Amino acid sequence: MPANLSARLCSFALSLFLIAFALPAFAGPFEDAVAKFANDDYSDTEEAIGVVASSGNTLAFPIISALQDGRLMADLDSKKVYVTGADGKSIDAATGQPVARVPDSASAVRLNNRLRRSVDAAVGSLTLMSPDLGMRLQAAQSVFKSHEEAALEAVEGALAKETNRAVKATLGDARAAILLYKSDATEVQKLEAVATIKARGDQEALALLTGIGSDQPASVTKAAASAIGSIQSSLAVWSMVQNAWYGLSLGSVLLLAAIGLAITFGVMGVINMAHGEMVMIGAYTTFVVQEVIRTRYPVLFDYSLLIAVPLAFLVAGALGVVIERSIIRFLYGRPLETLLATWGLSLVLQQAVRTMFGPTNREVGNPSWMSGAFELGQITITYNRLWILCFTLAVFAILLAMLRYTALGLEMRAVTQNRRMAASMGIATSRVDALTFGLGSGIAGIAGVALSQIDNVSPNLGQSYIIDSFMVVVFGGVGNLWGTLVGAFTLGIANKFLEPVAGAVLGKIAILVLIILFIQKRPRGLFALKGRAVEA
Amino acid sequence: MLTKSTHDIAASFSRRGVIAATAGLMLGLASLTGAKAADDTIKVGVLHSLSGTMAISETTLKDTILFLIDEQNKKGGVNGKKLEAVVVDPASNWPLFAEKARELITKDKVSVVFGCWTSVSRKSVLPVFKELNSILFYPVQYEGEESERNVFYTGAAPNQQAIPAVDYLMKDEKVKRWVLAGTDYVYPRTTNKILEAYLKSKGVAQEDIMINYTPFGHSDWQTIVADIKKFGSAGKKTAVVSTINGDANVPFYKELGNQGIKAKDIPVVAFSVGEEELAGIDTKPLLGHLAAWNYFQSIKSPENEKFIKAWQTYTKNPKRVTNDPMEAHVIGFDMWVKAVEKVKSTDPDKVIDALPGIEAKNLTGGTSKMLPNHHITKPVFIGEIKANGQFDVVWKTPGLVAGDAWSKELDGSKDLVGDWVGKKCGNFNTKTNKCLGSGS
Amino acid sequence: MTPHMLTRSLDRGATIFLAVVAACGILIPLSNLLLPAGSFLQVPTYLVALWGKYVCYALLALSIDLIWGYCGILSLGHGAFFALGGYAMGMYLMRQIGTRGVYGNPVLPDFMVFLNYSKLPWYWYGFDMFWFAALMVLVVPGLLAFCFGWLAFRSRVTGVYLSIITQAMTYALLLAFFRNDFGFGGNNGLTDFKDILGFNVQAEGTRAALFTLSCLALIVGFLICRAIVSSKLGKVLIAVRDAESRTRFLGYRVESYKLFVFTVSACMAGVAGALYVPQVGIINPSEFAPGNSIEAVIWVAVGGRGTLVGAALGAVVVNYAKTFFTSGMLAPYWLFMLGAMFILVTLLLPKGIVGTFNAWWDSSKEKRNAATRASAAAEDGVTEPKMAE
Repeated sequence: MPANLSARLCSFALSLFLIAFALPAFAGPFEDAVAKFANDDYSDTEEAIGVVASSGNTLAFPIISALQDGRLMADLDSKKVYVTGADGKSIDAATGQPVARVPDSASAVRLNNRLRRSVDAAVGSLTLMSPDLGMRLQAAQSVFKSHEEAALEAVEGALAKETNRAVKATLGDARAAILLYKSDATEVQKLEAVATIKARGDQEALALLTGIGSDQPASVTKAAASAIGSIQSSLAVWSMVQNAWYGLSLGSVLLLAAIGLAITFGVMGVINMAHGEMVMIGAYTTFVVQEVIRTRYPVLFDYSLLIAVPLAFLVAGALGVVIERSIIRFLYGRPLETLLATWGLSLVLQQAVRTMFGPTNREVGNPSWMSGAFELGQITITYNRLWILCFTLAVFAILLAMLRYTALGLEMRAVTQNRRMAASMGIATSRVDALTFGLGSGIAGIAGVALSQIDNVSPNLGQSYIIDSFMVVVFGGVGNLWGTLVGAFTLGIANKFLEPVAGAVLGKIAILVLIILFIQKRPRGLFALKGRAVEA
Repeated sequence: MLTKSTHDIAASFSRRGVIAATAGLMLGLASLTGAKAADDTIKVGVLHSLSGTMAISETTLKDTILFLIDEQNKKGGVNGKKLEAVVVDPASNWPLFAEKARELITKDKVSVVFGCWTSVSRKSVLPVFKELNSILFYPVQYEGEESERNVFYTGAAPNQQAIPAVDYLMKDEKVKRWVLAGTDYVYPRTTNKILEAYLKSKGVAQEDIMINYTPFGHSDWQTIVADIKKFGSAGKKTAVVSTINGDANVPFYKELGNQGIKAKDIPVVAFSVGEEELAGIDTKPLLGHLAAWNYFQSIKSPENEKFIKAWQTYTKNPKRVTNDPMEAHVIGFDMWVKAVEKVKSTDPDKVIDALPGIEAKNLTGGTSKMLPNHHITKPVFIGEIKANGQFDVVWKTPGLVAGDAWSKELDGSKDLVGDWVGKKCGNFNTKTNKCLGSGS
Repeated sequence: MTPHMLTRSLDRGATIFLAVVAACGILIPLSNLLLPAGSFLQVPTYLVALWGKYVCYALLALSIDLIWGYCGILSLGHGAFFALGGYAMGMYLMRQIGTRGVYGNPVLPDFMVFLNYSKLPWYWYGFDMFWFAALMVLVVPGLLAFCFGWLAFRSRVTGVYLSIITQAMTYALLLAFFRNDFGFGGNNGLTDFKDILGFNVQAEGTRAALFTLSCLALIVGFLICRAIVSSKLGKVLIAVRDAESRTRFLGYRVESYKLFVFTVSACMAGVAGALYVPQVGIINPSEFAPGNSIEAVIWVAVGGRGTLVGAALGAVVVNYAKTFFTSGMLAPYWLFMLGAMFILVTLLLPKGIVGTFNAWWDSSKEKRNAATRASAAAEDGVTEPKMAE
C-alpha cells in the first residue's frame, strides 16, 4: 500500500509541478530556505521545511514530497537543490526550471526521525485538499498525529469542503486534537474535543488525553480523566482478546513445527531429533527460491512462498526418504537408538548448511501480502501471523484427509497399527515406512517456509523448535493428530495469558512445570491411545 | 579405606595388564603434547566459536584475524618472524572455551589470543589467562565492571555506546519515555542498570522507564511489541533502547515492522545490531531505527575504504560486510603488533607493560589509544538503518571517548578505577586508596 | 561389603577398568608433579584438568547407565542433576572468594554486588562451610530426583513420556538459572574461583588432587553401581527394564525400585558435577541445556548400554574425540565427524563398543572352549581351571 500511495503522490506532484511551470519564479525567503537544504545540517533542514511548507509556493509540495521519498538532491558545493522526478526528469528546486541533469556531486538530502516527522506533518497539511481520497485520508491522519497548531486553519478549511465520511471523521479528530493542545482554545471547544477523542477509544486517543498536562480548566481535566478511565476499561477487555489472538498465533506456530513430528514420532515411533533440521531445510529452500526470484524474475516475488511450499515439501520429503532408507530402517523396534542416530544426523545437517550457506542469518523477505497489519476493533492483527494460522489449519486438514481418504493413508494406518498383519495383506511395508517418514519430513519442510517469515533463517533455526515440538506431541498424546492440534493451541494460549502476568521467561517455566504435572495426571497425554497396543 | 580395596583389586589382577594399559595411556597422552612451537614463527591463537549458537557472529572475527595475519605477513611479519594462526573451535560451549584457551597457551604456546564474544566466554577463560599469564584481546562491546591485567578490551564499554546513544535521543529526538528491552544476561542487565541510573540523574521519572527482559533466542515478540506500543502511547515521546542479543533481533524487528511501529513514532536504538545482523533481515520496515557503534561500514575515510576493499578481496566476496567488532580486532591487532615491535619480544609481561599508551589508527579516521585500564579510546556514532542494510551516521561524538572500566553511574563502582601502569591494579578504590580483592 | 565379596562380583572387564582408573588416578598426578616439565613422560597440567573433566563425565555416564542400562529409565535430563551438584559446589567456591572479589565485598559474590543485592539470599546460607556444600551436592539433586521420580513413577509415566518430561525439567531449570533474578549469576554463572578447602584451585597440586579424587569417585561410583546391579535388587531392576508390567504383576513395587535407583543415580550425577566445577573453573546454566543431557546419553550408547564400563569408556571416547576434532585443521568439520560417529555407532555397533567387544569375546571364548573341550576330550586330559566370571 505504501508503494501505491507514493505513486499517487508522484502523479499529484507532477500535476502541481506542471502548474508551477506557468508561474514566474520569485526570489526571497523561499529561495534562501531552499538553499538551506544544501547545508547538510539537520537543524537547517528543519528550518527549511518549515519555511517551504508555509510559503504557499507551488513548488512547496514537489519539494517536500521529494524530500520524503529521498528524491531531493543537494549539491553541497554550489548550494543548488534539485527535485528529481520518478520519471528521471529534474527541476531546480528554487526556480522550478527544468535541468538537463543533476550533477554527480549532488546527493539526496538526509533525514533523521525528527525531520521525517516534520516532513510528514508538512505533507499532511499540503495534501489535505488533494483530489485523491486516499491521500486526503493519509493527510488527515498525519495531521492528527502531529496535531500542530499551524495546521488548524487548513484542517477547518478542509473539513468544510470534505464530503467523504471517513476523511471527515479523521479530520474532526485532527481538529479536536489540535484544539485540545491549543493554549488559547475555549473551555467549550476543549470539552467538545475531549468528547470527540473519547469516541475514538484507541491507544492514540488515550495518549492524547493523558498528555494534555495540568494547566487546563478543571472541567476539562475532569472530563479527560473520565474519558481516560472509560477508554482504559474498554482497552483492558480488548487486551484479553488480543492475548487470545496471540495465543492462537503462537499455537499455530507450535502446531506447524510439531505436526511433522506427530507423524514421524507419534505415528511411526521414531524419536526424530533431526526434525528441527528438516524445518530448517524448508526455510533454506525458501531462501534459495527467493534468491533465484530476486536475481532472475523479480516480478514473481509475491509468489515466492507459493513456489517454495511444494519445493520445500519435495526437498525435505526426499531427504526424509533418503534418511529413512539409509539409517532409520535399520533401527525399527529400537526407538531410543533412533534418538541417537538422528541426533548425530542433526549435527551433520546443521554443519552442512553452515558450510554451504555460511553461519550468518539469511534474508528471507516477506511478500507484500504477508507484511503489515490491520486493525480489528482495538487489536492489531498482523498479516503474516494470520496467514500462518490459516496455512497451519490447511496443512492439518489436508494431512487428516490424506490419512483418511487416500490409499497411502490407509496403508500408513495399517502398517502402524499392525505391521505383520499389514504385510500379510500384501502391503509393501518398507515402502510405506519410507513414504511416511518422507511425509513427516516434507511437512516439517513446509513448516520451515512459514517459519522463515517470522524467525531467523540460520543453521540453528531447527534447534529452537525441537523441544517445544516434542512437548506439544507428548502433551497432546503420542499417535493422535487431534491431540497435537489441541495440545499446540492449549500451550500457545496458556503461554500468552501467562506472559503478561509472569513475564516471558517465568511464563515459559510455568508452562513446562504444568506439562510435567499434567503428564503425572494423564501419563499418556491429552488424548491417550487405548488398548493393549500402548503397553508395547 | 576405599583406596586400599581398590589396591587389592588391582593386585588381584595381572600386573602385566596394568602396566601395558597404563603405558599405552601415557603414550596416548604424551602424543597429545607433541606439538612444539617453531622458533621462526610467532603463534597467534584464535578463540572464536565456529559452531553452535555463537558461530553466527564469531566466524567473521576468526576470518578477520586470519586476514590481518595474512596482511601482516605480507609486510614481513613481526620482528622478522612470520605470524602463524592457531584456530580452535570452542563451539559456543563455555567450559570448552576455558579448555581451548588452556590448550592454546600451554600446548600450542601462542603469544597472544584474539577471541571470545559473549561475556560468559570471557569470564570462563579469565582464570586461565591469569594463571598462565597470557594475553587476550576481547573485541566486543560489553558491560564493563572489569579490568584485568591479562585482558585488553577493544570493544566499547557502556560509556562508549549506551550513554552517548541515550544522550542523542534525549537531545535530538526529545525522548521522555524509555523502554529498556534486553535479553536476560549480564550485558543487558548491567547496561540497563547504568542507563536507569543515568536517566534518573537526568530527571526521568521511574514510571517513564519500562524494563523488559526476554530469554535467549526469544522468537515470539507479539506481546512485548504490543506492550511497547501501549507504553509508547502515553502522550510522551518514547524510544526503545535495545540490548536484545543477536538471534532474537530478527523476529523482534519483523514484529515491530508488522505491527506498524515506525522509527518516526517509536525509534529503537540497538547496541547489538550491526551490518552483519542486518544482512539477514529485510530492512525496509526498519528504516530510521538506530544503532550506536564505534564504527560503521558506511563511514567515509581512506583507512576504511582501503580496509573494506582488502577484506572483500581476501574473502573473495564483494558483498561481504564489515562491522564494529571487526574494527575492534583491527585496532587490537595493530596495537599488539606495535607493542611486540616496541619491546622486540613476545614475552607476555613485557608486552602487557608496553601496551598502555600504544596508539593505533582506527578505521574512522581517528587514532585510538590503549589506556592504563586496558580499554581504548573510541569515537561513538549513531547510525540510522538504511534500505541497503547499511547505516547513515546521524550523530557522532565530537572527539574520542575514553573507555571506563568501572561505570561512574553505579554506586558499587563509581569510586573504582583500573590502572595497570601506575597502581598496577584493576580495581583500585580511589576513596580508600586500596586495591580491592585479588586485583593486584 | 568386604573386598572379597566385591571381587567376586567383578568380571574381567570391571577389574581391568578399575585397575586402569586407579592407575590413572595415581600415575597421572605423580607424573605431573614429580617429573620435570617438558619431559617426554610428564603429563602437562592442562591435560590433568582435561582428563579430570573426562573422568567427571564418565561418572555422569555411569549414573545414566545405571538407570537406563539396568532399569530402562531413559532420562534426557540427567545434566540437570549434574549441574545442580556443580552449582552447590560452585556456591561454596564463590563464598570462599571472600574479599578477593573485584568489589571486595566480604559476603556477597561480585554478581550480587552489581545487581544491588543488599544481603545474601537465604538459599546461599551455609555454603561457606564445606561440609554443608558437600552435603548439598548429594541432597539437592537427590531430593529433586526423589520428588520428580515419586510423582512420575507413581503415576506410571514411562518410556518416551518420561524422557520428554525429564527434558522439560532440565529445560525449565535452564530458563530459571538464566534469570538473573534467580540469584545464581544468570548466564555468567559462577566463576573466578580462588580456593577450595584453603588450597588454591589453580595450583598444580590441587589440580592433581582433584584429579585423583575424581578417579576415586569414579571407582566408588562404579563399585556402588556394581553392588546394586549384581544384588537381588539389580535383578528386579533388570526385570523392570525388560517387562515392567509383568514384574508388577509378580508383586514387586516397581515404582519403589525405580525411585531408589533414580535417586541414587541423581546423587552420583551431582557428585560428578561437584568435582567437575573446580576443575573446569565455571558453572553456568548451559550445563542444563537439553542437548548436554542427550549427549550424555549418547556417551552411554557409544560405550555400550548396560555394561557400566562401557558408559565410562563412551564418555571418555566421545569427549576425547570432541577435544581432538575441535582444534587444528579439522575444527570446521568436527560436527560432521561427531555426527557421523553417532550414526555409525548406532548402525554398526548397536551394543556399543564394550557390548560389541563382549559379544565378540564371548563368542570367540565359546569357540576356544569348544576347541579346548574337543581337544581335552581327545586327550582325555586335565580340566582347565575355570576363570572367575
